[in-house]
Amino acid sequence: MISVLLVMLAGILTGFAINRYPLAVKINDKLISGAIYVLLFLLGISVGLNKTIVQNLDKIGIQAVIITIGAISGSVLTLWFLYRMLFSKEQNDGGQNEK
Amino acid sequence: MEAKMRNSLIILSFFVAGVFLGTSKYLPDMMLRTDYSMYALYILMFLVGVGIGADRKSWSVLRTMKIKILLVPIGVVAGTFAGTALVSLFIPDLKLKEVLAVGAGFGYYSLSSLFITQISGEILGVVALLSNILREILTLIATPLLVQYFGKLAGIASGGATSMDTTLSVITRYSGKEWSIIAVFSGVILTILVPFLVTFILKYG
Repeated sequence: MISVLLVMLAGILTGFAINRYPLAVKINDKLISGAIYVLLFLLGISVGLNKTIVQNLDKIGIQAVIITIGAISGSVLTLWFLYRMLFSKEQNDGGQNEK
Repeated sequence: MEAKMRNSLIILSFFVAGVFLGTSKYLPDMMLRTDYSMYALYILMFLVGVGIGADRKSWSVLRTMKIKILLVPIGVVAGTFAGTALVSLFIPDLKLKEVLAVGAGFGYYSLSSLFITQISGEILGVVALLSNILREILTLIATPLLVQYFGKLAGIASGGATSMDTTLSVITRYSGKEWSIIAVFSGVILTILVPFLVTFILKYG
């Protein structure tokens, strides 16, 4: 998978070179959509062929929900702390702030 | 980068069409024997890289940033890992690193599910697909409430990688325009991090 990441870095450098050309950027966006369609279609096929997944979809769904709740709660609470420490003073200056 | 999730519904219908084709018996034999998805993933990653490199708006945001803005995506990463590590206690069937890797999609479901499928197989890939789609949907629904109780960064936190495009409008609307640059910045950083973190966690975790 490291090679995939190197390919991505090569893409970023190529992107720097072409960012003066809006048409190229637009075409690139369309190609990304196309590639995602193809890949998720292929993923769908292998999921459909996989009896374990089809039979355990409820279990997989519950796992996904639990992970999402953990991810969102953890992020929101961490940034709530960060907001109160660093950001709230300068953005809304009312109330008991010293300034 | 705008194309990333603009067509969420179309993307999903391609996936669902694939599932139906897979469960039916009409699949050509040739498609069963060869796995094209690795090559397609190479192409996709190159194109995603080009999109990042060519996106002038993202890079100009980087140039104007203050150090403390960098703490926003770092906080999302740390919070996501802490939260997913905690809930992994309730998921005995998955290893800790598998749960962390799913969380490290930060809502970027297309890319994270494809990467996870390549490394760990289709079952975890589907968990990643569902979980990260749900992160985007819940952010769209819950941002007004989250901002009210947990501060102006709450929508950006919840949105993760999607705060640069699909959930940007709801974040801007409920936190205010002055937060949209931070939202784009955090989303760009997280989007770039997704493939690196997922690979690192699953390979070396």
